[in-house]
Amino acid sequence: MDVSQYLEIFLDETNEHLQNLNTQILSLEQEPDNMDTINEIFRAAHSLKGMAGTMGYKRMQTLTHDMENVFSEVRNGNITVKDNMIDILFQCLDALEEYNTNIRESADEGTNDNEHLIKQLNIILKGEEEDAQEAAAPEQAPAAAGQSEEAGTDSSAKKWLDIRLGESEKTVLAEAKRQGKQVYGMTVSVLEACILKAARAFLVFKAVEEFGEIVYSSPSAQDIEDEKFDLDFSLIVIADAPLDKVVQAAKSVSEIENVVGDIYDVNKEAAANHTVEESTKEETVQVKEESVKAESVETPKKEAVEDKTVKTETHAPAAAPAAVQQTTNRNDKKPAANKPIVNRTVRVDIEKLDTLMNLVSELIIAKNSLVSASATVEGSASSEVNDQIEYLESVTTSLHESVMKVRMVPIESVVTKFPRMIRDLSKKLDKKMELYMSGEETELDRTVVDEIGDPLMHLLRNSADHGLESAELRKERGKPEVGSIFLDAYQDGNNVVIEVRDDGNGIDTEAVKNKAIDRGVITPEQAELMNEKEIIDLLFNAGFSTAKTVSDVSGRGVGLDVVKSKIEALSGEVEVKTKLGEGSTWIIRLPLTLAIIQALMVVIGNEKYAISLGSIQTLEDIPPEEVKLVQNKEVIHLRDNVIPLIRMTEVLDIESSKDPGDNLIVVIVKKGDKQVGLVVDELIGQQEIVIKSMGKYINKCKIISGATILGDGEVALILDANALI
Amino acid sequence: MDEIKVAGETTQFIVIRLGDEQYGIDIKYIDNILRMPSITRVPKVAPYLKGVINLRGEVLPVMSIRIKMGLPEDVVTKSSRIIVIKMEQQGMIGIIVDEVKEVVTLETEQIEKVAYDSKDEKDNFISGIGKCEGGLISLLDLNQVVPENS
Repeated sequence: MDVSQYLEIFLDETNEHLQNLNTQILSLEQEPDNMDTINEIFRAAHSLKGMAGTMGYKRMQTLTHDMENVFSEVRNGNITVKDNMIDILFQCLDALEEYNTNIRESADEGTNDNEHLIKQLNIILKGEEEDAQEAAAPEQAPAAAGQSEEAGTDSSAKKWLDIRLGESEKTVLAEAKRQGKQVYGMTVSVLEACILKAARAFLVFKAVEEFGEIVYSSPSAQDIEDEKFDLDFSLIVIADAPLDKVVQAAKSVSEIENVVGDIYDVNKEAAANHTVEESTKEETVQVKEESVKAESVETPKKEAVEDKTVKTETHAPAAAPAAVQQTTNRNDKKPAANKPIVNRTVRVDIEKLDTLMNLVSELIIAKNSLVSASATVEGSASSEVNDQIEYLESVTTSLHESVMKVRMVPIESVVTKFPRMIRDLSKKLDKKMELYMSGEETELDRTVVDEIGDPLMHLLRNSADHGLESAELRKERGKPEVGSIFLDAYQDGNNVVIEVRDDGNGIDTEAVKNKAIDRGVITPEQAELMNEKEIIDLLFNAGFSTAKTVSDVSGRGVGLDVVKSKIEALSGEVEVKTKLGEGSTWIIRLPLTLAIIQALMVVIGNEKYAISLGSIQTLEDIPPEEVKLVQNKEVIHLRDNVIPLIRMTEVLDIESSKDPGDNLIVVIVKKGDKQVGLVVDELIGQQEIVIKSMGKYINKCKIISGATILGDGEVALILDANALI
Repeated sequence: MDEIKVAGETTQFIVIRLGDEQYGIDIKYIDNILRMPSITRVPKVAPYLKGVINLRGEVLPVMSIRIKMGLPEDVVTKSSRIIVIKMEQQGMIGIIVDEVKEVVTLETEQIEKVAYDSKDEKDNFISGIGKCEGGLISLLDLNQVVPENS
């Protein structure tokens, strides 16, 4: 079978499993005897092994197999969890990740056998438990697990009894009987956690077909291939071999939970149906009871459940109750396993989303043209036209919002790897620390999420290495021995804020200043004049590091400048708040979306410009006499703040269209806590604009961040307020 | 013009007018020819970059070939056009010309290479001279005309 079509799924799922394993093993370290965690780990390892096996990645399979053995022993209580064992497990995860990367790049797992890891795993196994035999048969473990659940699924196990055969199949079966062959019915149930159900089913088909011929399958072979089945399927098989062999063959496929088979009596079929129908009725009652239970738990599901019960009474006797049972089962399991019910999703190429986003942008431009066209023909445009345009406006706005939401993903996918990283750092640096995260569900544009991982990692490493003091020093200072690092994410208006905070030493501005002088970044004279904030900003200078010793964690002077440039490339900003001895907070502010923004349109000279609404604080009308000169620069005094003025006409080399005696229109913009007043000639109004790149020829101009196309088809430039400050 | 000639040894040029002189631009670089739209000035850029225009929903930079070649500044007339040039590396750019005249097909023999003469600034932008019935055509070397990415 060609498995290449599953490669994408395989890689994604493997990533998820690895991520999951990382998290679970971390919590295992905290609570070594939490059975739920151990089971979860076991499940994930088992699925990984199965997937690797199906895809033919032997090395990966061997390694996961041995890991699974260890977990299985842990689960049986034969091995207790120890520190060194956790370390080895983490190394195994790293090795698996390496396989995964290799596969992603070359569709080949590489040649690293990781024998030392396998050896160590075996030492763990042997050291604690001489009885290696048990471990050598890991397949038994899932089977055992299957048995424990069997009681619950027994009523639906022999589903093949419900198969109604057509005339032609009956003749075939009768013919086979005459030839002295056996006819078996069997129902194969797949593990709930199974990923490639269709692939498994295919393997079962293949295994069974070695012994005989599959006369009928329910659902049909085509549906099974398309994965249109729940967790089980039933077969009618003609074979020479005894039943055990056929069932065993089907069972030998991994991730198969159970196979129930029996001799299929062609003649008794009708009778069997009868009994089934009776038993179904009983089940229906049971289901109804359950549906009442379900109702109390989850009202929205009620309709669906009732719907199915009705169906049960009319046709498809056993299938429906089984389905219902599964839903209720899943409901019951939910609190125990603490696993969210997975939403139905479609994987979409990000490029397609980009195209969609572009089309929405075009639509908004067209809408803006309509608005301005209807405004110019004021007299003739009836109110009806205006109504329709307003309606169109609301539709395009919500369309834009929905498309944006489609592109949004929770930052969870990036931050889940951090607890593990901090744990490793803690060992490496020999400092005790703990990472607390909140707001993992905060959503950001996919492109931003993909880019934000590295900067965050730098900041966390920085906090761990430079921020937190050693345990002894912390004790001396009366702080808890274990240092804390916090990662908080939350939405703030049109921005998403991510904070990395630690309760460490904070930034020693004197040390920074001395270092900067040492490095020749600033002169001692300059240093004298700098305030605290300016000194802290020096940290973002390329080639700057204050750690006294260069460790392999941080301190090579690449980091903070990279963090800053990366975040600025995403139109975001970073700032630091710090208090010596108490810790520091790094605040990253990112825009929710990059392509379409709300902007204030202004006129400067006779040209139109857009200023992003996000950076505007207030609009002021200032009489010319209130403008004061400080150090030969124009400033205004506004609500106890002295705000420098920038005459935009001068910056943009253009003549003002206004009388110098008129009041000044000042747009107050802010960046961090700095404010600047931009003097413009006229305000037009607020507008939704689509940011267009200006191409490669014009990129020298720092104060212009892009261009946009206005409703009348003209191009207006977007002023980058941040660059002006 | 004789356009039926089999391609291979021939190149097609669009003949444009700048002032009194005729210039040829290799047709394979030309994406589009537009009437003069309104150009949005971009501040703080090289003087020959005249600004940006809206080309079917995309923002396109426009340059003045006259300023780049040291000729007097453009005077926009009815016959002024913007030729949209598409270079493989640098992307699209529009250049302002006084007039677009015709398409000529030149055989290799009809093109005479010229040596660079650093005395005349204009010559640095010329890759050769084409001879045809309409007279002499200076063939523009677009790699020289179109600015490097800054």
